[in-house]
Amino acid sequence: MNTRSVFDENLKQLKENLLDMAEQAEKAIKASLEALIAQDLDKAQSIILRDKLINEQEEKIIDHATMLIATEAPVATDLRKIIVALRVSSEIERIGDLAVNIAKSTLHIGNEKHIKEIIEIPQMMDMALEMMRDAITSFYTEDAGLARKCAEKDDQVDETYGRLIKELMGYIPENPAATNQITQLAFVCRYIERVADHTTNIAENVIFLVTGKRYDLNA
Amino acid sequence: MEVFTEKKNVKGIQSDGESKKDASKKSIVYDTKDLNLWYGEDQALKNINLSVYENEVTAIIGPSGCGKSTYIKTLNRMVEMVPIVRISGEILYREKNILNKSYKVEDLRTRVGMVFQKPNPFPKSIYENIAYGPKIHGIRSKKVLDEIVEESLKGAAIWDEVKDRLNENAYGLSGGQQQRLCIARCLAIEPDVILMDEPTSALDPISTSKIESLIQELKKNYSIIIVTHNMQQAARISDKTAFFLNGEVIEYENTNKIFSNPSDKRTEDYITGRFG
Repeated sequence: MNTRSVFDENLKQLKENLLDMAEQAEKAIKASLEALIAQDLDKAQSIILRDKLINEQEEKIIDHATMLIATEAPVATDLRKIIVALRVSSEIERIGDLAVNIAKSTLHIGNEKHIKEIIEIPQMMDMALEMMRDAITSFYTEDAGLARKCAEKDDQVDETYGRLIKELMGYIPENPAATNQITQLAFVCRYIERVADHTTNIAENVIFLVTGKRYDLNA
Repeated sequence: MEVFTEKKNVKGIQSDGESKKDASKKSIVYDTKDLNLWYGEDQALKNINLSVYENEVTAIIGPSGCGKSTYIKTLNRMVEMVPIVRISGEILYREKNILNKSYKVEDLRTRVGMVFQKPNPFPKSIYENIAYGPKIHGIRSKKVLDEIVEESLKGAAIWDEVKDRLNENAYGLSGGQQQRLCIARCLAIEPDVILMDEPTSALDPISTSKIESLIQELKKNYSIIIVTHNMQQAARISDKTAFFLNGEVIEYENTNKIFSNPSDKRTEDYITGRFG
């Protein structure tokens, strides 16, 4: 007989809430890029406003985790599950903030015509989002192998980021009037690269959750 | 005071700095080797191998009937009081096998004190409870006995509460005070090791905290082995933890490791409350 079924149910609920939060953050990130490409300023504005909901989800997870620590005196894997839930919620919240940053860049560019069709930025975003989905799946299924694989993709994102920044900076001398737009697009690339970094942190936490050992995947 | 000086010679007390060294550099107080124990036909301990280190708190945890109390009672040979007991293997205390028939149990119990689950003061005054042991060991001087009583009660963090009523009956003390009195009684004979068999399970949380703080203080000068059902207590106060199950040691490790990332699934299941 499982003597801690209520506690187990609570741990499961904590995980489900994190999954919901991650879905919201992923939607926000996707929407932020759609708004950028379509120059949809209303959509960008709504992403900024809706970030409050992701922050509230994080607070709910923190409160729930705090209560579980206070009332259940967790140890070993149980404790790691709660600590990791707290850390992962913080990483997801930061990813939500990056969606806000991308939306703000969209507002800064406004209706100014793009100097070039935006093609590679969405491709880079796809890589980061694939990483994020893998990281969250690895968290949900407690799969350290998947977490490691997901983090390996971070190098590809970093490489793309370096290339795109160089390319964007190269446009400035020919298009000095579009400096603001180019700078904002460079910022967007930076934000996507940060999404991948936070995702790598989630993957590291999953490895800690499963093995009890700390792992630096960015090293 | 002579008895206290003697203790330093016997134990070679380490300084604070030294006591923080790795366990590998600490002396082994008890070294249990291939210990098996039977009550009649029932085997209660199976092939126990375990080293207890000086100036550490070693916690023994495990579900009821796992052999933890039996084990602690072999360490001062109290288990021999059960007539149907058979034992094989060795328990080296300070490198001498206490299971040897030639080993005098009286000598052992002078070096190894014990505190039980239920406080068991003598039906005597507080003073007499403490002075009883030293008197048996031949100390007659009132001045020396007074000193022992004061030092022991101070050592057990109860002096301030009882110094004005040393001649009152110990039964008038609260449960928590009685337990600290029993610890003081234990200290009065200058032991090397203190065995504690669930010393706080009959106490309220405040008294439990006091005993736990006391244990942390006492380990500077004594080696302590504690059986506890309270997992958080083991996690809070011990340096090493042994998990017993069905008479076997499943895992014996640094307490931090046991409670953060145990190696054995059975340890994990027990400490997280999945069984037991």
